[in-house]
Amino acid sequence: MDNSQKITNRVDHAVILGLIESQSKVLDLGCGDGELLHLLSRQKSVRGTGIEIDENAIYKCIEKGLSVAHGDIDSGLMDYSDKRFDYVILNESLQQVLHPEKVILESLRVGKKVIVGIPNFCQIGARFQLFFQGRVPVTKELPYQWYDTPNLRFLSIKDFANFCKVKNITIEKEVGIDDRGVVGILPNLFANLGIFLLSRN
Amino acid sequence: MKKDIIQKEGLGTVETKYATFAEPPHEMVLESGAKLGPITLAYETYGELNKDKSNVVLIVHALSGDAHAAGWHDGDKHPGWWDNMIGPGKAFDTEKYFIICSNVIGGCKGSTGPASINPKTGKPYGLSFPLITIRDMVQAQKLLLDQMGIKKILAVAGGSMGGQQVLKWAIDYPEMVRSAIPIATTTRHTAQQIALNEVGRQAIMADPDWQGGDYYGKTIPARGLALARMIGHITYMSDKSMAEKFGRKLISKEKGGFDFSQDFEVENYLKYRGDSFVQRFDANSYLYITKALDYFDLAEDGKLTDALRKAKAKFLIIAFTSDWLYPTYQSKEIVKALKANDIDVSFCEVSSDYGHDAFLVEVEGQSRLIKHFLARVQKEIKA
Repeated sequence: MDNSQKITNRVDHAVILGLIESQSKVLDLGCGDGELLHLLSRQKSVRGTGIEIDENAIYKCIEKGLSVAHGDIDSGLMDYSDKRFDYVILNESLQQVLHPEKVILESLRVGKKVIVGIPNFCQIGARFQLFFQGRVPVTKELPYQWYDTPNLRFLSIKDFANFCKVKNITIEKEVGIDDRGVVGILPNLFANLGIFLLSRN
Repeated sequence: MKKDIIQKEGLGTVETKYATFAEPPHEMVLESGAKLGPITLAYETYGELNKDKSNVVLIVHALSGDAHAAGWHDGDKHPGWWDNMIGPGKAFDTEKYFIICSNVIGGCKGSTGPASINPKTGKPYGLSFPLITIRDMVQAQKLLLDQMGIKKILAVAGGSMGGQQVLKWAIDYPEMVRSAIPIATTTRHTAQQIALNEVGRQAIMADPDWQGGDYYGKTIPARGLALARMIGHITYMSDKSMAEKFGRKLISKEKGGFDFSQDFEVENYLKYRGDSFVQRFDANSYLYITKALDYFDLAEDGKLTDALRKAKAKFLIIAFTSDWLYPTYQSKEIVKALKANDIDVSFCEVSSDYGHDAFLVEVEGQSRLIKHFLARVQKEIKA
């Protein structure tokens, strides 16, 4: 963990790096400009590929020497056969998909394990804004106004854990983080981001 | 002045070379079963072949393209058709790669085609030239590369019909092709694409000067071929690019002439395009090559995933948003089938208003993709 933090400034990336075995096959859904995939291929020699909707991000991925397909997550997953990947990553992208349940289940079909990172809508700062200011929260992790947000879903760490329970998805690991590192105490209250390692038999 | 600057930056003067093979009795067997030989292919090369012959990039062209992809011929007004993509520091960097651009059989730019002399009769083949397919074009290119002693290709790249050849290369010679870049293309011609080609062919064959294809040394079917080209050109542009280029602008007139002379700039443009095409292209070649396009179907049983299973190359697929001749869904089908086969594929749908022509025009986006994709492939080979 400490070693990892030296090679990336992003706590979430460091946590995910720690979850992934070397040489594994990784699919990053909503891979953005490929920062995480690039990190994983350098540090863990993973064979990675990504799906990304933004054209400009595609160029940046290709420039990093990554393999990436332009398209949306909702439709791009179906093309893969069962358990093709060791890991499917949905880092801060699940809240932007149209059918999150389907995407999670499809990810668990094509991947042996799934790593999900979600912004925690019930972090204490957000709760304060909601309770005291009577405003829909705008935080560092959720920086958008209601009228310009790409996020379609607003959930907490607890909500996601509950979803997994209902859907019979095994949570192998659950980590709450903030800008400084792992949040050990009451992650649903103090963490900005929840990272889950999931599997399903 | 401008030309001098470009020449300095680019490849300068280049020349077309010719290779002949498949001499009887070792003719090439075509997909139809017919035999063809001897076969001459026109080709050009740019850059230097490295010691272990591992830096070969094969460029394949579209319907009306030729071997002259880059640089200048003496007396040229324009450089080769993909000069903006091929040259020192460009997408296909001639400082790194040895680029070969091969003409297709059936063509009329120095390769064996219907206008060539049939050695058996001493006369042009005309319609006695056998029907050829994309597979045959690729097979002939393979023979060319054999003759050049090239056993591996770092990448094969091309747009439109070039893209179809790329796909065929990747599945017919999987051991040879390390990466494939099909651009603005499809795995099969749809009814709409066949229909558009058929209208072009009918235009040629309806021209009384066509004479059943036996017009060599006589009057060429210029009106028919020009009309075919005009139809083609409409399909290469987009509604938006035509609106921006021409709109409803009139040709040096205040208003329409209320007769059937040309009023609009777009009419003038198409006529110019048609007329200039006639100067450089053979009508019979147009018939043969469009037919090859129409016959093209990578998965004749409809199972594209099975057809692409043989491929071993890494793929970079590029499509353009406003291309309605080869709409992007056709590229996405390739991506889907490759993913199903666990084949490394990158895909970008480049936003462009230029329609199908975008593969010749959208230099910046394509260059960013191709340059880095090639660098990755080369790096992975070394590793």
